[in-house]
Amino acid sequence: MAKQSNEQVSITRSDVEHVAMLARLALTPDEVGEFAEQLTAILGHATDISSLDLDGVPTTAHPLPVTNVLREDVIGPSLDRDEVLAAAPSAEEGRFRVPRIMGEA
Amino acid sequence: MSSNEVQAEIQYETVIGLEVHVELATKTKLFCACANEFGSEPNTNICPVCLGLPGSLPVLNERVVDFALRIGEALNFTVPQRSIFHRKNYFYPDMPKDFQTSQYDEPICAEGWIEVDGERIGIERAHMEEDTGKSTHVGGGGRIHDADHSLVDYNRAGVPLMEIVSHPAMRSSEQARGYVSELRAVLLAIGVSDVKMEEGSMRVDANVSIRPVGTTQLGTKVEIKNMNSIRSLGRAIDYEVERQTIATNTGERIVQETRHWDESEGITHGMRSKEGSSDYRFFPEPDLAPVAPTDEMRAAARAAIPELPAALRERIVAEWQVAEHDARVLVANPALSDYAQESVAALASGSARDVVNWCTGELLAYGNETGSEPNSWALSPIALAELVGLVGDGAISRSQAKEVLAGCLAGEGAPSDVASARGLAQVSDEGALAAIIAGVLEANPDAVAEYRTGDEKAQKKKRGFLMGEAMKASKGQGNPALLNRLLDAGLA
Amino acid sequence: MRSAVEIAAAVRSGERTARSVAEEHLATIASREGEIHAFNHVTADAALAQADAVDAKVARGEDPGPLAGVPVALKDNLCTRGVPTTCSSRILDGWLPPYNATVVERVTAAGGVAVGKTNLDEFAMGSSTENSAFGPTLNPLDLSRVPGGSSGGSAAAVAARFAPLSLGSDTGGSIRQPASFCGVVGVKPTYGVVSRYGLIAFASSLDQIGPFAATVNDAALLLDVISGHDRMDSTSIAASPTALLNDGTDVAGLRVGLVTELTDVEGIDPEVRAAVERAASALEAQGAIVERISVPSCIYGLSAYYLIAPAEASSNLARYDGVRYGLRVDGDDVYEMNSATRDAGFGAEVKRRIMLGTYALSAGFYDAYYAQAQRVRTLIIRDFAAAYERFDVLLSPTTPTTAFKFGAKTEDPFSMYLSDICTIASNLAGHPAMSIPFGLGSDAMPIGVQVLAPALGESVMFRVARAIEAAGGVA
Repeated sequence: MAKQSNEQVSITRSDVEHVAMLARLALTPDEVGEFAEQLTAILGHATDISSLDLDGVPTTAHPLPVTNVLREDVIGPSLDRDEVLAAAPSAEEGRFRVPRIMGEA
Repeated sequence: MSSNEVQAEIQYETVIGLEVHVELATKTKLFCACANEFGSEPNTNICPVCLGLPGSLPVLNERVVDFALRIGEALNFTVPQRSIFHRKNYFYPDMPKDFQTSQYDEPICAEGWIEVDGERIGIERAHMEEDTGKSTHVGGGGRIHDADHSLVDYNRAGVPLMEIVSHPAMRSSEQARGYVSELRAVLLAIGVSDVKMEEGSMRVDANVSIRPVGTTQLGTKVEIKNMNSIRSLGRAIDYEVERQTIATNTGERIVQETRHWDESEGITHGMRSKEGSSDYRFFPEPDLAPVAPTDEMRAAARAAIPELPAALRERIVAEWQVAEHDARVLVANPALSDYAQESVAALASGSARDVVNWCTGELLAYGNETGSEPNSWALSPIALAELVGLVGDGAISRSQAKEVLAGCLAGEGAPSDVASARGLAQVSDEGALAAIIAGVLEANPDAVAEYRTGDEKAQKKKRGFLMGEAMKASKGQGNPALLNRLLDAGLA
Repeated sequence: MRSAVEIAAAVRSGERTARSVAEEHLATIASREGEIHAFNHVTADAALAQADAVDAKVARGEDPGPLAGVPVALKDNLCTRGVPTTCSSRILDGWLPPYNATVVERVTAAGGVAVGKTNLDEFAMGSSTENSAFGPTLNPLDLSRVPGGSSGGSAAAVAARFAPLSLGSDTGGSIRQPASFCGVVGVKPTYGVVSRYGLIAFASSLDQIGPFAATVNDAALLLDVISGHDRMDSTSIAASPTALLNDGTDVAGLRVGLVTELTDVEGIDPEVRAAVERAASALEAQGAIVERISVPSCIYGLSAYYLIAPAEASSNLARYDGVRYGLRVDGDDVYEMNSATRDAGFGAEVKRRIMLGTYALSAGFYDAYYAQAQRVRTLIIRDFAAAYERFDVLLSPTTPTTAFKFGAKTEDPFSMYLSDICTIASNLAGHPAMSIPFGLGSDAMPIGVQVLAPALGESVMFRVARAIEAAGGVA
């Protein structure tokens, strides 16, 4: 099931730009080029595992084998709004102020 | 023949799938101890966890799991041995962590169904997830893209939601409305949500597509959002189907997109999006342990489920002899149907049907007007049974009963006390009523004569007039059935 | 200067005041912090107030707690109420958390005196503290060398005797590697033994808080205080671990495996390998049975780690968006503001990992990268389980080399990543591991020996560590 089986991974500038958009990083053209090279190199090292045949091996998302960690539905204290809003870059009318929202959730 | 004309001959069928988000009626949020409360001052129900402060960690609310298991049970879902949370990664200012903790390929409920008008509608999944905060758009008429800036309140962030996703199994807006009504009734009955579409505790998004009748491949779907009632859901679907049909017939390609329903204009419109394609980068949430419902947890959820609406309706129709429609109205309001059931159980005389009529008529209206719940009414279910009994026994008339009901609801006392305090009693004394009839006939010789010589139409008219005079003479207290019989005898 | 155990005993008995202990350490900080830069923030006034509170308890005859009057330095990714917590990042510069991390609460409740917030590689991403937005920490043993990272400030604080104890966090070796470079003891506990509540997340399934100390027993003292279940952390282990303080040094009959994949491979400095072999011999001399053991999948640890950790980080660091706290760089709309803020607020390494992690999780690559790395994680856990059927503990170098010079690995990110090659597997498996100083290299810099144990094997791990410590490490 080797997905990238020993193929040379190559991250293009447009891959980097797409990922930077997803990650909300306004990269400079220089950074785009630099990351294209570095990600190509780093992911190139990862071919040692991407080429392994691990069919049937389950994934481990987490080292702890616990389940059902639950809390009671009991109200606890909330934070002081003034203290919280004091830490905000911009606040208005008890709310966090942000520039206009152009995208959609 | 142009190709457009050829296409116009094609008959299309509508394919609808619904995604319903329901806010769960817990005391606290999904992952923290902040109050889950509608209408608080902005940003007062917030803590490090639901505000996504650095270093904070989620801990799952056990009642959410219980509610999810109830939903699993009530909607005939398979509840797997294990389910896990995933992170859905995307940036949005009303989402404090810039990812939503949700469920992805291992939801708590998989493959269920609900029966709507005798047909099973398949439900693909139901999963737990957190709600977002709320943005207010300032300037530009409050519209998101035209606004100058937005203000964010995180009180709703982290409120527990169940997202219930149907298969694309519905074929008409009517069926979609029926599905939502039934779903709503079930969720109310099992006590997991107050399901108020207008307050947003139930939000319905519709995936709508059309395809030529007889084909099985799904057409390009369009997601419609922003419907705030079951009625507007129906309107939005109808509009969208028409739009897609016209577009297809004129050779336009339907684009997969999200469209907003505009209630006032009655149309859907597309939304601008800066981010071309979404890529949510789901991965298992490392800060939460898997949920593995135990036999005890499943049993507790099962035990908390009352008789479900469909069964209750069926029983009410059969045992109480009420119309299907009335049963539906009653059962859609679990508190009221509990009230009615208690009242029927207390009936000494009079019919269950009368109890239902009062409940779905005057009492439902009273509850809506006053925004009150049946358990707070001054008229107890037992008192309603007494009132129905008074009418059934002929002690008061139906119209008098309305006045008594109003008095009871105003806290004036038990129905019999209210009736006597207001001097409301029905006269069923045959001698007294016979004297009234005799007096009326004597005072109106012309009408009597016209009745006796007139055609059927004239007879009906004159009889009505004489009956009205008799009722007037009895000060409205005469037993109508008795008066009618005596009038007929007098005219014979 | 005395150990933490001795200080606590002296303060508890009234032989010394906590204030005098705090003043002495603050004086040491004042004298050398200028050249070492172990701290982002020294909380001198608060420390004295905490010390006075401890003294008042002693005066009232109340139990001041097991850490009575012991100065503790806190890594600056642990939330401290009202005290700047930056992760050594511009994006959090000036942020005052409205709450304390659970470990901070526990240290304070136990009578510990927090003296300041220590420098780190930005968001704990790095192996040298060169990625700190506020300048690197210098190795107190040789100012031309790095202290290691990411918990370099915490390691340096103990090595420079600014505090007998400090707390760090370890995601791929961030406690053990700097401990090794600075010649102190550093412990990464079993995942879930110490609450992560209030630890600013780097990679949630790997992060674990642990102690630095000058001695194994001091580390045990602090770990005893901070470990135990916390209902604010869903991944906190319910069972309370055994007390580790004074928990013995007897290793007779213990089976010790020397991991060949982490010891006998290219890149491990021969001097380092020799030190580990001497440690093994010392254990043998004390009655342990030592053999070489292969844990084959260990060689894939680095690749798996550099997919899993950045992936989780890319999500954990999304929240730094300029909306609720920290830096904001204005923009025409939210998208522009988010992007400008993050570009200005994050340093190069953090951006690199966010990019890497976002890529590894993105559509079409998830299975080949992230899911595949998680399968490798399963292999590593299986291989360790097999090894622990035959051995009680495992042994390896902590790092391939002694502390390197500033700038030696900053040009090539991957060469820096190789610093973690010996430590990463324990994080992937969730197992405990610790570094104990054992001798010096020819550069006069300390060498660390790593003891690895199975999940919740802290007790046996500490026993072996004490035996190694007792052997002294002299060639």
